Amino acid sequence: MKKFLAVLMILCMAVSLFACAEKFDPAKKSEGVMSYADYDAAAMDAEVVIEAYVQATQSWWENKITAYLQDPDGAYFCYEMACSEEDAAKLTKGVKIKVTGYKAEWSGEVEIVDAKFEFVESEKWVAEATDVTALLGKDELIKHQNKFVTFKGLTVSKVEYKNGEPGDDIYVTVSKDGAEYSFCVERYLTDPDTAVYKAVGELKEGDVVDIDGFLYWYEGVNTHITNVTKK
Amino acid sequence: MKRIVCTIILFILCIFCLSGCHGSKRQELFEIPEEFDTEKQYEITFWAKNDTNLTQVAIYEKAVADFEALYPNINVTLRLYTDYGRIYNDVITNIATGTTPNVCITYPDHIATYLTGDNTVVPLDELMADEKFGLGGSELRFDSPKKDEIIGKYLAEGMIGDKHYAIPFLRSTEACYVNKTFVEKLGFTLPETLTWDFIWEVCEKAVEKDADGNFLVNGQPVLLPCIYKSTDNMMIQVLRQKDADYSTDAGEIGLFNDTTKEFLLELADHTANGEFSTFKISSYPANFLNAGQCIFAIDSTAGATWMGSDAPLIDIAEDRLVKFETEVMTVPQFDTENPTMISQGPSVCVFNKSDDGEVLASWLFAQYLLTNEVQIAYSQTEGYVPVTSKAQKSPEYLDYLAREGEDNDLYYEVKLKATKLALNYTDKTFVTPVFNGSASLRNAAGQLIEEVTKATRRGREVDSAYIDSLYSEMISLHRLDGIGAGSGGKADLGPLPPTAIMLLSLIATAWVFIGINILVQTLKKRKNQGNS
Repeated sequence: MKKFLAVLMILCMAVSLFACAEKFDPAKKSEGVMSYADYDAAAMDAEVVIEAYVQATQSWWENKITAYLQDPDGAYFCYEMACSEEDAAKLTKGVKIKVTGYKAEWSGEVEIVDAKFEFVESEKWVAEATDVTALLGKDELIKHQNKFVTFKGLTVSKVEYKNGEPGDDIYVTVSKDGAEYSFCVERYLTDPDTAVYKAVGELKEGDVVDIDGFLYWYEGVNTHITNVTKK
Repeated sequence: MKRIVCTIILFILCIFCLSGCHGSKRQELFEIPEEFDTEKQYEITFWAKNDTNLTQVAIYEKAVADFEALYPNINVTLRLYTDYGRIYNDVITNIATGTTPNVCITYPDHIATYLTGDNTVVPLDELMADEKFGLGGSELRFDSPKKDEIIGKYLAEGMIGDKHYAIPFLRSTEACYVNKTFVEKLGFTLPETLTWDFIWEVCEKAVEKDADGNFLVNGQPVLLPCIYKSTDNMMIQVLRQKDADYSTDAGEIGLFNDTTKEFLLELADHTANGEFSTFKISSYPANFLNAGQCIFAIDSTAGATWMGSDAPLIDIAEDRLVKFETEVMTVPQFDTENPTMISQGPSVCVFNKSDDGEVLASWLFAQYLLTNEVQIAYSQTEGYVPVTSKAQKSPEYLDYLAREGEDNDLYYEVKLKATKLALNYTDKTFVTPVFNGSASLRNAAGQLIEEVTKATRRGREVDSAYIDSLYSEMISLHRLDGIGAGSGGKADLGPLPPTAIMLLSLIATAWVFIGINILVQTLKKRKNQGNS
């Protein structure tokens, strides 16, 4: 009987523990923080406060860092946030941060500038790539700006090093359904030692590829490539 | 007798020790070798900057290849940048580790900071004057310009103190690229010399909208009538034109004055009215100009190939291009009788190394960049002008200038107009004083405009108190309170004067005597204790 009661008590405790544990909700925001919809609706030059998860960062430089952030509702590009070298090392994939800055637009890229950030205690969250191949050439594509995305079956038209030789950015022109698009390997995101930099450098005209990257904008779609798969 | 001899020896040793300490950790000064060793292999590095222009990259590569063919024992490794700031940062990092490049494209402001290291940058005066390897030297394997064939004004820009630390590579100035079609559509006629008053008058009219919120002049929802690319230049030129303080030659800061404040407040008013923005805030002036979304795009003459409906370099989609007539004018002035504008463009410096032969090889390459082949080829890539009269007066270059508008590539009209503007106004150009900290001051000058523009756009009240607060912030951020006359970093004080050596030696000798006396007394004491 004693044994039965002991097992019963343990079971009850285990069940109550599960009941108490709060389910992780990656979309949850702290008080005073904008939802993605609020951010999207905010006017240019308005002060914005957002919370999101780091998906990638560009290299830290002069106490500044540029970060690609995303939450389940949308994505943010934080340009040159104030950041110590010590904090930069902690901005790893999935980490949640709260950013306070100003909404701005530079050549079509909507971003957060003059920003500062603080870490938010949370479980990590990493975005799945959204397949936006079907949206290429459509106005709807910009609604996914800054998200981690994937494109399937693009044909390479041209690969050009910014400086004519490896070391700086790589400009990649791809085509789909007769239209051409400019993508980029941003060296401060994926430097010349990375696999993607080398893989893109080896692409030839006519290669058919799948591309993952962040949906950056420069006078039109200008995805920052993070992975390429040759078919 | 022994005591006297010991004292004299100690005295001499002290003098040597003290003299030896002064400057013992310095890099040795460069001395020009009598001959250039053509048997020895030299590896030199050249850090260069291009304007994201692959033709410029190709010209650098050709210059390296041609030079190596002339000097097979010199191998030049080219490292390319598209940003002066990155070169500056990398050089600073490499000074600390003793791994600076041999030759580097740079600005004199930056060299002033490099000079805080001991003998980091080679003074070029003796090299330029050297009979064999100097400008037009007898033992050069290429047709180098003589010193008097370098435009004097440009050569002087490489002087820091009384020495040349850089030779000019190419020069440009700023220009205002105007959508003349829109100016006339708005009912204005371009004056002979552009003024700020004229610009604001046109801008005020240009921001009028229709009932749908589109601008009347372009029928689009976007218009930034005036966009300035380099706001540091903007501030510096405004102050020069108004004869206001910026800095003295000795490095005393004058930027934070009432004229600056007055201009910033005026700029805030125009920004609030939607008339003004900057490259850092909105993007490249050329993109807005070519899309019919800007009327006055102010940028370097070295950016001319991006300007205008028929520009050979275009960064926006073809369907966004708008047809208009482009006029190339001087930057806006306050005094049309005495126009002034900035002189800018890359210079070349040579870094010191322990092997004098390596430095000489570096100098030979730096000098090769002044040959007509390199000067003319590179200047044709943008609205740059060659820095030598030898190149400027050459039949090849004169033919190039005469063919303005023949095509939309090499002879692109806007580029040639910008080049001619830079050539015609050479005497009206100026540079700012160079000292350790002048690069920071320049950054602060630009940031004043950026901050005022951003604050206005963000709805902050920009008034006198705001400007005062901004002044304090900029002084602190750019550490300008520590800059000024006499604070030029680690100055070269030269050898100690004889009187100082004598005085220090006497003090040292006195301490030696005190030590000897204590030693003698101790020994005597021990001897006495032993005897007793």
